Amino acid sequence: MTLPPPVPGNPVAVPVLALGNILLVTLQGDLHDGMAEQLQQDITDRIAHSAADGVVIDVSGVDIVDSFLGRVIAEIAAGVRLMAARTVLCGMRPAVAITLVELGLTLPGLETALDAARALELIARDPAAVAPDTPEGGT
Amino acid sequence: MTPASEPATVTSLPIGSDADLAWVRHQVRQFAAELGFGLVQQTKIVTAASELARNTLVHGGGGQAQIHPLHHGPARGLRLLFTDTGPGIRDVELAMTDGYTTGGGLGLGLSGAKRLVDELSVETEPGQGTVVTVVAWVTRAPAVRPGLG
Repeated sequence: MTLPPPVPGNPVAVPVLALGNILLVTLQGDLHDGMAEQLQQDITDRIAHSAADGVVIDVSGVDIVDSFLGRVIAEIAAGVRLMAARTVLCGMRPAVAITLVELGLTLPGLETALDAARALELIARDPAAVAPDTPEGGT
Repeated sequence: MTPASEPATVTSLPIGSDADLAWVRHQVRQFAAELGFGLVQQTKIVTAASELARNTLVHGGGGQAQIHPLHHGPARGLRLLFTDTGPGIRDVELAMTDGYTTGGGLGLGLSGAKRLVDELSVETEPGQGTVVTVVAWVTRAPAVRPGLG
């Protein structure tokens, strides 16, 4: 009858939605390390089986990104690029952006958009465009 | 002894899994919000806590986090201790360097966390474990900038 409260410690897999040729991933709340790593595998599997040419990762519901989650996001984007698709990260909260820069994690080479609508537009306009490699070589 | 200025609300949390890391983040945010930290400051201290708690888990083999609210006169702050009984840190100065890592991460944990708080200190001995202490103070809203008011 009553659902258990969504306490940390009870991880649920992150859903990956297909919108045409784009995979939309909406991260919410506090992501456990294991869930983030599972997501990385889910996304690359889905690209392999669905011929998606873009991935939008919406982090507007995420209130902290630490170096672990930042690294997983960067690795997802790198893996997606190797599979001939494009990743756009969107919706980062201002406080999270400020904190990431101070932490020293600026995620070079990762394409960003202000919100999910703009991210989808960006990919729809030019799905083939792949972000150029950064001089630092990514991550 | 003035009980009002030093509340005894110290919270200890175990760090033994990634679910514990999430719980530490949750509790630190709760305390920070109650003490009056602004959103950006809350985000910074929770992120620092996440980095340090992960170090405790990954490098220290687990341990505990302690949350101490600080009330010094009108000032409000938070002291966090991350304690493990792991191998310790051989060269703290090196471990504090951006990009230095032994754990396969980005090497931003200690050095990055230090930038997100007001104070960070490390007590460690090889083989004796590590205690990392951080302190952050609530900053008041800055006064009106000259020229604007």
